[in-house]
Amino acid sequence: MIYREAGQFKTTYAADQAIFPILQDRIFVALAVVGAFVIPVRFANEYWLQAVLIPFLIYALAALGLNLLTGYAGQLSLGTGGFMAVGAYSAFKLASAFPALNIVLVFLLSGLVAALVGVVFGIPSLRIKGFYLAVATLAAQFFLIWLFNKVGWFVNYAPSGTITAPPRTVFGVMVTGPDAAAGARYVAALAFVAVFALIAKNLVRGRVGRSWMAIRDRDIAAEIIGVRPLRTKLLAFAISSFYCGIAGAELVFLYLGSAETLAFDINLSFLVLFMVIIGGLGSVLGSFLGAAFIVLVPIFLTNVPHTVGLNLPVALAKQIELMIFGGLILFFLIVEPHGLARLWQITKEKLRLWPFPH
Amino acid sequence: MISKRFVVVAVALALALGPLASAVLAQGPSIFIPLLVYRTGPYAPSGIPNANGFQDYFNLLNERDGGINGVKIAVEECETQYDTKQGVECYERLKSKAVLINPYSTGITYQLIPKAPGDKVVVHSMGYGMTASADGRYFPWVFNFPMTYWSQASSFVKYVGAQEGGLEKLKGKKIVHIFHNSPYGKEANPTLETLAKAHGFELTLLAVDHPGQEQKATWLQVRRINPDWIYLSGWGVMNGVAVKEAAGIGYKMDRLVGNWWSGSESDVIPAGDGAKGYKSMTFHAPGAGFKVHQDVIKHVYDKGKGAAKKEALGEVYHNRGMINAMLNAEAIRTAMAKYNLKTAPTGEQVRWGFENLDLTEAQLDKLGMKGMIRPLKVSCENHEGNGLAAVQQWDGKQWKVVSDWIEPMRNVVRPKLEEAAVQEGGEKLKYAKRDCSKEK
Repeated sequence: MIYREAGQFKTTYAADQAIFPILQDRIFVALAVVGAFVIPVRFANEYWLQAVLIPFLIYALAALGLNLLTGYAGQLSLGTGGFMAVGAYSAFKLASAFPALNIVLVFLLSGLVAALVGVVFGIPSLRIKGFYLAVATLAAQFFLIWLFNKVGWFVNYAPSGTITAPPRTVFGVMVTGPDAAAGARYVAALAFVAVFALIAKNLVRGRVGRSWMAIRDRDIAAEIIGVRPLRTKLLAFAISSFYCGIAGAELVFLYLGSAETLAFDINLSFLVLFMVIIGGLGSVLGSFLGAAFIVLVPIFLTNVPHTVGLNLPVALAKQIELMIFGGLILFFLIVEPHGLARLWQITKEKLRLWPFPH
Repeated sequence: MISKRFVVVAVALALALGPLASAVLAQGPSIFIPLLVYRTGPYAPSGIPNANGFQDYFNLLNERDGGINGVKIAVEECETQYDTKQGVECYERLKSKAVLINPYSTGITYQLIPKAPGDKVVVHSMGYGMTASADGRYFPWVFNFPMTYWSQASSFVKYVGAQEGGLEKLKGKKIVHIFHNSPYGKEANPTLETLAKAHGFELTLLAVDHPGQEQKATWLQVRRINPDWIYLSGWGVMNGVAVKEAAGIGYKMDRLVGNWWSGSESDVIPAGDGAKGYKSMTFHAPGAGFKVHQDVIKHVYDKGKGAAKKEALGEVYHNRGMINAMLNAEAIRTAMAKYNLKTAPTGEQVRWGFENLDLTEAQLDKLGMKGMIRPLKVSCENHEGNGLAAVQQWDGKQWKVVSDWIEPMRNVVRPKLEEAAVQEGGEKLKYAKRDCSKEK
């Protein structure tokens, strides 16, 4: 009942092709975006911003990037951590080499560097598919991490090999560095995610996204109808790596403050892949849901025993957390293999008919 | 549903095991000390004894003395799995109540250093963390006494010199540094390079990637180089593998020297008899023969409040955890004496206590730790203190100290350290240099 679009008539093509054709969706999304900008900044404490919301936004951006590549273009990649590292290290190099450069520009440029690297490592995708491609991108992951560990130039020859976010401002507000308030960093991360989610949403419903899906569903057929695999696949790698690169730069600049290569190891690649799978392959919303699931559930499980006054030994709590987490992943994959996004879809359809299901 | 039943089982399990928790429940205002521990994950074998040592010593203070000057200590553990992101999450969760924190990981220390001044939380990275932070003029909130990685590396070279019959005999000798490829492992490299130039020994740096289970290639290289000495900066499973590999190629074990994070029971026992003769650096004595151990048994273990098994007392990392807890407690005691407190001190007061810590032989004797660690004095400029290193050796059953206390080459380390502090603190973090003559 509440979700019925009866009476909403489309009289122009533009209205019919809108991102959110239903009024309720438009209201909901507008409220969500405004709420995301206003509510946490005013009401969330630093722990929530720093330990929950900022990582959630950054992982959502990375998951979005991987979802474009794996979910839409069908190219399985395990190199996400490596591409994020490229973004982080190039952002560090750019920020330290050009201190006057605006940090937003630094992020975008480091995304471009990551895109370039992504294209290079995407070339094998023209010949190999599926698991074999996953292994090829795994090589990217290991090679890039090895490179950043080995070559001192990337860390400005710091003896410890860590990169640190320098203090930078946007519109006079400190957004990176140790003195940046968590609220400012949150807004910066949110702004990036909002803009890039909008771009992604538009990309996937346009010509580019359709050609990606054609390649994903049957590449030979796609080629026959005129989709050029070389350009399409490499474009997918480029744009996906661009997103991941920015997410990597944010991971260091807005979240951790300083990092070593270990922060970008293979576990990160798997984590982002899990987000995409749990959230829903080929869904922009799914990237957010998956990131929220992976970031929030462990924190929720750690904090629950405390709030109910249960004093578990930490090791036991961690083991239980791992078991529950693993169990939940299995549960979701069995019950809804298309991810949380599909669950949302079903809910929406149910809501449409509710309370008269027939 | 499956998940529902699962949750029910988990909650039931949790309820049943809840009372076993070892957290100290404080009555009234207490000093809150969060412990970042790793009792799970690949580094747990090193993390568990350390965490137990902390628990046991703070429990001892609470049980025997009723806390520090009558104010109880409340500790809360947070599991990090030695993972930086989880460590930051723990810190953010616990920092509001905390006056000091022991990150117990070099990676996490690097994360917390920029945050500490704003949150007014003292970071004590005992013998790990960022070496440059020993310059207290740039890093007022960070302490790494009793010693840094660089001082440790210079002590190692001094020890090798003494074994070879003088530092001048080092000329032409071959030394290999095998290190964990992380900020932690790389720390010793600059010092070793400087000393290689100064004393003319050939230094080869061999990196081992995390977690360090695969070292065949590294040891093949060692075989080719055939070094006179090997210095090992490993952690967790990497150490055990390295010791096994060294024994496997028949390397002279008494010339393989680990740093103080590479010399515990869990590093040598898996290698069996092959590990016999393996050495490591340390800044405290191993073994359970000190008075403090009798106190721990009497006041903590006999009451059934021990964190570990009784046999674990005296293990290298259990002792280290106790010493770390003792240093924390003594710094807080110093602060309470200065500000004449009967209640828990604030972060700023604790910082003063750390900076003016003067641990005398007499006080150590009183604490039952005489001979376990050297007296220590910290100052505003020098947050590393005046600690000394020693070399311990595994005899197949236990670790034994086999050298005198070694004074690090402070004249070599300190200037480099001050340079690094300008780079890390002044340039990267834009810290202003403090004038120590104005501190009271």
